[in-house]
Amino acid sequence: MKKEGEIRIPSGCAISAVISKDGNKMTGEKIIESMIPMHDRSNGLGGGFAGYGIYPDHKNEYALHIFFNDKYRIEDCERIIKDSFEIVKKEIIPTRKIPEITDEPIIMRYFVSPLFSLLRSLQLDEKEFVVRIVMKINTEVDGAYVFSSGKNMGAFKAVGFPEDVGRFYKLDEYEGYSWTAHGRYPTNTPGWWGGAHPFGLLDYTIVHNGEISSYDANRRFIEMFGYKCTLQTDTEVITYIADYLIRRQGLSLTETASVIAAPFWTTIENKPEKEREKLKYLRTMFSSLLITGPFSIILGFDGGLMALNDRLKLRSMVVGEYNDKVFIASEEAAIRKMEINAKNIYAPQGGEPIIVKVKEGKF
Amino acid sequence: MSINYIYPEFEVVRNPNRCICCRVCERQCANEVHRFDADGKVMLSDESKCVNCQRCVSLCPTRALKIIKSDCVLRENANWQNQTIKEIYKQAESGGVLLSSMGNPNPLPVYFDKILINASQVTNPSIDPLREPMETKVFLGKKPNKIERDKDGNFINNLPPQIELSMPVMFSAMSYGSISYNAHKSLALAAQKLGILYNTGEGGLHEDFYVYGDNTIVQVASGRFGVHENYLQAGKAIEIKMGQGAKPGIGGHLPGTKIVGDVSKTRMIPEGSDAISPAPHHDIYSIEDLRQLVYSLKEATAYKKPVIVKVAAVHNIAAIASGIARSGADVIAIDGFRGGTGAAPTRVRDNVGIPIELALAAVDKRLRDEGIRNNVSLVVGGSIRSAADVVKSIALGADACYIATAALLALGCHLCRTCQTGKCNWGIATQNPELVKRLNPEIGSQRLINLMTAWKHEIKEMMGGMGINSIETLRGNRLMLRGIGLNEKELEILGISHAGQ
Repeated sequence: MKKEGEIRIPSGCAISAVISKDGNKMTGEKIIESMIPMHDRSNGLGGGFAGYGIYPDHKNEYALHIFFNDKYRIEDCERIIKDSFEIVKKEIIPTRKIPEITDEPIIMRYFVSPLFSLLRSLQLDEKEFVVRIVMKINTEVDGAYVFSSGKNMGAFKAVGFPEDVGRFYKLDEYEGYSWTAHGRYPTNTPGWWGGAHPFGLLDYTIVHNGEISSYDANRRFIEMFGYKCTLQTDTEVITYIADYLIRRQGLSLTETASVIAAPFWTTIENKPEKEREKLKYLRTMFSSLLITGPFSIILGFDGGLMALNDRLKLRSMVVGEYNDKVFIASEEAAIRKMEINAKNIYAPQGGEPIIVKVKEGKF
Repeated sequence: MSINYIYPEFEVVRNPNRCICCRVCERQCANEVHRFDADGKVMLSDESKCVNCQRCVSLCPTRALKIIKSDCVLRENANWQNQTIKEIYKQAESGGVLLSSMGNPNPLPVYFDKILINASQVTNPSIDPLREPMETKVFLGKKPNKIERDKDGNFINNLPPQIELSMPVMFSAMSYGSISYNAHKSLALAAQKLGILYNTGEGGLHEDFYVYGDNTIVQVASGRFGVHENYLQAGKAIEIKMGQGAKPGIGGHLPGTKIVGDVSKTRMIPEGSDAISPAPHHDIYSIEDLRQLVYSLKEATAYKKPVIVKVAAVHNIAAIASGIARSGADVIAIDGFRGGTGAAPTRVRDNVGIPIELALAAVDKRLRDEGIRNNVSLVVGGSIRSAADVVKSIALGADACYIATAALLALGCHLCRTCQTGKCNWGIATQNPELVKRLNPEIGSQRLINLMTAWKHEIKEMMGGMGINSIETLRGNRLMLRGIGLNEKELEILGISHAGQ
């Protein structure tokens, strides 16, 4: 049977997220619990989480989370890392042995700083440099896979039900101002840890529910710009699109939403002139980055979250609030599990981005 | 008189019980097949002149006529087929190059027919175009690699001129001269109502048609017929014709008999003189010369018109396209070996060039591999026969399709493949005023509109089935395609998997 990346595997899913606008820290406990009522939206073949603000002691270094199939891969991979980075700290990511999660690979994390002299000679900015090294490891080192590469954040994922994955990684022992979660229902996979969500690049992570119909159009376009879609999953390509539009093109989050869930032409025609010209420009410029088919995604990034549905709203997604916190999930039940008194629960329109940012200086 | 070696290809079958000797067939046939025998009070036929255009069949009020293939054939021989032998007789008789019209009719592989389209089941929903918006609008033209903003952070529109189409189909180049005034008018009227473009071909633009300028592509070909400043300004886009799928590597020849009246005026050449387009552009012997012509045309039109470069699909089309994509062109049009023509040497038409499906797949991949797919839009033609071919082309990587044969069929063409004679009984490929007036441009344009409207519905149905509600997410979406009965190499070139994979 072909492994993830060798074949495209559609999957349905559950997603959930919480963020504190005041930057208050929360352990991973609540986000794990939120996945329990949505158990049936997953099938045990993938679950994962992303936490932001979890590495305050290493907030200036890139945290590389890497799966290794066996110890011999570590050497190959570390050679590449050492050529490009100073390794500030290296450790095995602590896990809890539980019967629900088995066959784990070697899971390591490296806190690294790019070698300044190398950056200068390559004339690259730091983030672009990191992206290239991540792509290099993931495409060139067979059996090693970087699944998280941002600063002061981390993704944790495995084959299993999400609530078990959270316990396995001891997320109750981490504290972050923002968390996202994912439970996966792939239709055809032997289960590979790298294929679980969230998918991340730099500080961008995506959890996604849906099966986009635009996949190959998006993939073949984004691969022109140095991205390599090694997993053949929607989430991977959406992450690269977000990175390309936000970091490389410098679009705002709202503008990014207007590209990937672009309003219909008929809607654009009825907008006031300035808005119309702007939307028309974006849609024409980035027509190959429109995403069609059902999706609800939560994009996590340094200091915030953005939730977005496809323009026809073919997947469920609700938003709620309580005090400084904002909750987003596939089902209201998940929000209630995190905060029984959550208020202002509503379902955003298709293509309407929900952007939540932590107050300046609070993270 | 020498012996006639060739028995007529068709038989005219007339049912005497139905024929009322109204002589419609006689009046309608420019080839003079039918005549009335006053003595015997019967209609007679000279089937040696029949081209099987079906005009008499369609107009016979009592359905007394049918044209069938003659069963008088030479002794069967798999190597020396009937057609081959007859062509030798013809050449032995005439000493000339064989001429043919319309696209290559030989049974070579049609890859479109070996490609199947996907649909959604269970894991994602199909979308019903009757209930949900389904978008087919496309913009052709270069897309810059980087956005630009002013000091207030607003976008600066740095997009070069774009061609907006309501659906990804345009009418391909057919010159005024090779086809009639009424055929051109039908195409222009339809393009305007449909929100798409038609193409003048190399014959210039009749002064009556300048009003349709916003829906016109003006062509500049190697003969430069009818090219002047106002002509370039008149269109929405300018097309440099480097080659044509039906006859890659050779030029064109419109015989002097068709250079009459307005055709002569529009082409800016004397009446009765042959209009000969050279095989190459004599100012373009390489890619750097093409760049100069592209920019000459842009200079002449103040950078307001996208420039299309049309080439025939030949062996190294991917490298050629890569060169064109760096030449300043906004759109590359590729014409496959099945593309039609008003006249071409038979040997060239039937043996030169490659299928558009393979050319398109190779070009789209090459441009992406080089990271320059955004430099140009891709338009493909030769031959796109249905909405399914359009969907498959877009999914292979095209931005839009060119159709010409299908458009002529809508106008009444019956693909008799004798355009070169100038005796088109359907008023399309002729300059004979008596024949031209048989094609009513109002009716013709309505039939074109009907055809395109029908295709648009079908395109939307198929898109909806795939869960796609905007044509741009179909573009290059090769996962939506599967091959059937193709070998590994063919699948590799097409960039698709086999059905069942």
